[in-house]
Amino acid sequence: MEVLRRAANPWGQEVLIGIGWDLVWLAVVASAAFVVGHMVWVRLRGGFTHEASEPGPGSSGLPERVERHSFAARAFHWVMSAAMLVLLVTAFVPVLGLQFPWVTLHWVAGLALLATVLWHIVHSIGWQDLGSMWVSARDVREGFAELRQSLDPKAPPAPRAGKYPFDHKLYHHVVVVVSFGAIATGLLMMLRIDTPFWDRNTYLLSDAAWGWTYLVHGLSGVSLIGLVAGHIYFAIRPEKRWITWSMVRGWIDREHYLAHHDPERWNVGVDAGARRGAGAIADAVARAPDQDA
Amino acid sequence: MATIRDMMPAFELFQPATVEDAVALLAEHGREAWALAGGLDSMDWFKDRIKRPRVVIDLGGIPDLTGIQERGEGLDIGAMTSLSAVAADERVRSRFQLLADAASQVATPQIRNQGTLGGNVSQDTRCWYYRSGWPCYRAGGNTCYASAPQAMNREHCILGASRCVAVNPSDTAPALVALDATMDVRNRRGTRTVAAEDYFVGPAIDITRMTALKPGDLLTSIRVPADWAGARFYFEKVRDRGSWDFALVTVAAAFRTAGGRIDQARVVVNGVAAYPVRLHDVERLVTGAPASEETAQAAGDLAVQGARPLKYNGYKLALMRNLVRRAVRSAA
Repeated sequence: MEVLRRAANPWGQEVLIGIGWDLVWLAVVASAAFVVGHMVWVRLRGGFTHEASEPGPGSSGLPERVERHSFAARAFHWVMSAAMLVLLVTAFVPVLGLQFPWVTLHWVAGLALLATVLWHIVHSIGWQDLGSMWVSARDVREGFAELRQSLDPKAPPAPRAGKYPFDHKLYHHVVVVVSFGAIATGLLMMLRIDTPFWDRNTYLLSDAAWGWTYLVHGLSGVSLIGLVAGHIYFAIRPEKRWITWSMVRGWIDREHYLAHHDPERWNVGVDAGARRGAGAIADAVARAPDQDA
Repeated sequence: MATIRDMMPAFELFQPATVEDAVALLAEHGREAWALAGGLDSMDWFKDRIKRPRVVIDLGGIPDLTGIQERGEGLDIGAMTSLSAVAADERVRSRFQLLADAASQVATPQIRNQGTLGGNVSQDTRCWYYRSGWPCYRAGGNTCYASAPQAMNREHCILGASRCVAVNPSDTAPALVALDATMDVRNRRGTRTVAAEDYFVGPAIDITRMTALKPGDLLTSIRVPADWAGARFYFEKVRDRGSWDFALVTVAAAFRTAGGRIDQARVVVNGVAAYPVRLHDVERLVTGAPASEETAQAAGDLAVQGARPLKYNGYKLALMRNLVRRAVRSAA
């Protein structure tokens, strides 16, 4: 398997060219294997369905619908998703054999991704609770407890998360790192093609520096194949669809809120007494609906 | 230029006698196989030791790939038919003089005797940076040496650049596009027919190939339909040396005229992009217009709109403009 591509430049120096295209196939096969493996494992394990219970009277202070994502956040997510899918298709489908003029589509989608990321940064700093994405020691403990419970249904239930569970935060931060790698190197690579903004300059960096740029871009890209495939897979899994729907509708219902989130850590705007009541009710409905009807 | 060495790297040679055997061999060896037609492009690559196929499949012993067959008023030309045979064939000359002119201006008589129509349209670009074995985009690398600030790019493209600035070197390719020919391509899964206009691939679509041929594919025949038989044709190839050279710019055009007006037109230029460029806007402009000097002037001006010369090939704009004007004038 070819992991890296190297070649001799005109001066006889061995330089890095980029990743080997075998890694694209590896990412595709590994993603497919993960999805199939997880589906089989869930089936053997018995799924994640739980008994649903009616919330008691103590939860009356809670709204029926709990807002999880503002319109701005949802718009960011879907525009960013579209840009990411266009980027992956235009980057790798030609490598896999289907040829089409991909370069312009790719950099335009890249700029769209950059614009959405910049918007997200401004929006999350100015209008969202940035701390809700912070990974604390408690989050890590919750993550391990969730993992234990996933592997062993008899394990004690994991504590409920704040607004975002540990695995969501972890995924977000990995995507941030990988996407920044792809965007930064992609912007550099854009200097090598003609655009309405500038004429190409292929000699801004040395051969070696360009090689590293292509390497980071390629590694980020193949990593995103797996990350996006995993994200889409979990988004359409039955026990996760309520989260996906919240990215469409913006809200989750009270039952899911109580079952999966700790009202003390994710305050949805009711008073402390109601939250305590909601906590007690949440214990009663314990681990309520994980699966949409 | 690369150093031509006296010895080619070793390869395993297959000499199939049927198309089926050739296709099976190409399928079996995939990317490691090289289909050898007349060998004029291939031997350069092999002797330069830039291309090192493990397997070479010599198509010279397959009779089904050679010869010109009638197909109604059109012609079916085997991919291994020599350029001399195409240029001399009476049916080609009487119906499709454009193709005969193009084939007769390829290189030298010796090369036309050895070279084939299929090989001529499928040959690789002559960009010397690429052919020197440097890791450019076309060779799978990540740069274009021909567009460097000090690069010698006098022969390179003025249209259709997408990272790579190489040009298509074929003389017969623009003629076949102008004649609306189709290519029969066979592989293990069957035969597909590709319009000549789609057979040639630019770098925006695939930067490592000049044609739609993929590993395992074999160009078996070129079909020239009757649509343009007997039309008014114009072919002109401008090169540095009149005796033997690749084109700087070529124009191939077909017109149908009536009452001093151009009813139908197909105008194609080569040597200006990585593929023969069909000038759709020029065709629209001249269709229905009088075959006059004014139309020719306007067609020439329109032809070069959007062209972007490199450091040393600005002359190609004037060349292309004037060749298109001459082509349109010929319809008068």
